[in-house]
Amino acid sequence: MEWMVWTTPTTVFFAVIAAMLAGMTAWEVISPTVERKGFLPISTTRGDRLFIGLLSAAYIHLVVVGFTPLSIWLALGASVLWLLVLMRWG
Amino acid sequence: MSDSLPTTPDAVRQRAAAADNRRRRKARPASRQWRRRGLMTAYIVFVLLPIYWLLNMSFQSNTEILGGLTLWPESFTLEHYAKILTESSWYMGYVNSITYVLMNMLISIAVALPAAYAFSRYKFIGDKHLFFWLLTNLMAPPAVFLLPYFQLYYTVGLFDTHVAVALAHCLFNIPLAVWILEGFMSGVPKEIDETAFIDGYSFPKFFVKIFIPMISSGIGVTLFFLFMFSWVELLLASTLTSTGAQPIASVMTQTKGASGIDWGALAAAGTLTILPGIVVVYFVRNHIAKGFALGRT
Amino acid sequence: MNKVYNNRAWWLILPMLLLVAFSAVIPLMTVVNYSVQDVFDANTRFFTGTEWFKEMLNDPALQAAVLRQFAFSLTVLAIEVPLGIGIALIMPKKGWQASAVLILVTMPLLIPWNVVGSIWQIFTRGDIGLMGWSLRELGYGYNITASPVDAWATIILMDVWHWTPLIALLCFSGLRSIPDAYYQAARIDRASKWAVFRYIQLPKLTNVLVIGVLLRFMHSFMIYAEPFVLTGGGPGSSTTFLSQSLTTMAIGQQDLGPSAAFSLIYFLIILLVTWVFYTAIMNMQKDDNNQEA
Repeated sequence: MEWMVWTTPTTVFFAVIAAMLAGMTAWEVISPTVERKGFLPISTTRGDRLFIGLLSAAYIHLVVVGFTPLSIWLALGASVLWLLVLMRWG
Repeated sequence: MSDSLPTTPDAVRQRAAAADNRRRRKARPASRQWRRRGLMTAYIVFVLLPIYWLLNMSFQSNTEILGGLTLWPESFTLEHYAKILTESSWYMGYVNSITYVLMNMLISIAVALPAAYAFSRYKFIGDKHLFFWLLTNLMAPPAVFLLPYFQLYYTVGLFDTHVAVALAHCLFNIPLAVWILEGFMSGVPKEIDETAFIDGYSFPKFFVKIFIPMISSGIGVTLFFLFMFSWVELLLASTLTSTGAQPIASVMTQTKGASGIDWGALAAAGTLTILPGIVVVYFVRNHIAKGFALGRT
Repeated sequence: MNKVYNNRAWWLILPMLLLVAFSAVIPLMTVVNYSVQDVFDANTRFFTGTEWFKEMLNDPALQAAVLRQFAFSLTVLAIEVPLGIGIALIMPKKGWQASAVLILVTMPLLIPWNVVGSIWQIFTRGDIGLMGWSLRELGYGYNITASPVDAWATIILMDVWHWTPLIALLCFSGLRSIPDAYYQAARIDRASKWAVFRYIQLPKLTNVLVIGVLLRFMHSFMIYAEPFVLTGGGPGSSTTFLSQSLTTMAIGQQDLGPSAAFSLIYFLIILLVTWVFYTAIMNMQKDDNNQEA
């Protein structure tokens, strides 16, 4: 694994992603998702909303890091907030 | 539009035949037919012209090539082909390419068949997302994976082997195979599976004895596509090899010698890379169109 | 088709999953690791945080490459899709001619990508190439190593030559799946050629066209070998597309960190576009099923 040059932040990042996938699977087993339509233009399942949330979070981070002097923690906060909104009402 | 049309197939055929006769009597202008053929011919010429030029060069000596433009080889020579087929640095390129392409086809089809069956017959947790993830691998630019591949295969000791390239090409070939096979398998009615299971077939036996023969044309087309995308890829194949498993495509880049480019050898080698494709496409010509639509029409 | 809900299907997926994960997930993780560090070798490396991302996003050369890439992809799509449909419409459907045309049309797709570059290099050279020589004889100062316009036009022509067959074959297969009865019905109605195309053929083509546009967009977005061989990205950087910028940075200069950050940005663009198309395809299939039901 040495050649993969792990760092603490990236380890945490992938651990969180893995935990999310595991959590979503467990949630799906306990209570299967129902496809529904929220404020997004397409009807989505829970997994779809998570994916949309994560993808937009990546873009939010890129914009904040690349084009604003703001802290990356602000981007993270905004992304988490957006993810929660999306999961609940998307 | 359908409400004014006849409903039974017979009625449709009769009315169509009548309409055909009416039109024939009006003597359709033959010019339209000719225009169609003319356009098709023009396109074929456009496709073939660059290939003809390659062929033309490959039969000329380098002095003739550089001496001036000739529309066909005036001093016909096979020296470039002879050179490629006798020098091992050249022909080993073909052997290497074909080796890893065949290995890749074998690996890809073996793991894609059961996976495609699962996607076409069952719902399970995460199926849609899994399928999408596969698709993103098909779309991912090989350049993105270039560096880690190099490191990965170097670390596990596979660098400069055929296996390395075959495995690397799995990145896009397995998703492609699953996508095409899933399309073909969805066209097979599920009653066939159920009948077989009632008749006492176990799953592996059913899969090999009944199901695979039923989608053999789909498998043929899939193999063709696997061949095609592994054969034409260069970036990964040349990065993961140095001398032991070098593909022909990267051998060709060595024709840039001290005395300029060896155009004749380059053209002959290029011509020889087209041939396997033509041989393969000939076998699947009747199913290929369906394959291009991923088995979905 | 009604699919059965059965999680044991995962066992059938597993071998494929492991293999693809080996060649996709592990490398992708490594790219993420590289992107936040300045790596000299496995033991000498420094954490840089988001520095590389900032640098890459603000690099004017890369921004230009992204715009150039989009311009290129949209141009080839705008040419290849209508042309491909047109060719599919005039391709013969029966007899030996059908087979012959099919094989001839498929040919460009089966040529290794750098050989495609070589073919066009030979074809367009001013001294030994038929096209380059002819254009010069006609009095046009054709030169792809000096004129960006010529270089662009040639690369687009090459891409049209190379990939229009894909669209044509997709559409051809879509057209073949239309039952004859539809055409006969249209003939009874004395439908014009345009009406037949608009109301019978085009709806049937939409499905295959979405796949075609997706594949075409993605392949044009990762184009590497053909322009690399033909123009080397020049003149200047006028035909340097994303893959080539990335490969130069990663292999040529061995800048692991920056090229990894760049890879991830590149990958995110691809991910977004693929997702939009995939959702479109899935919704279309859903609509089809609803109509059938």
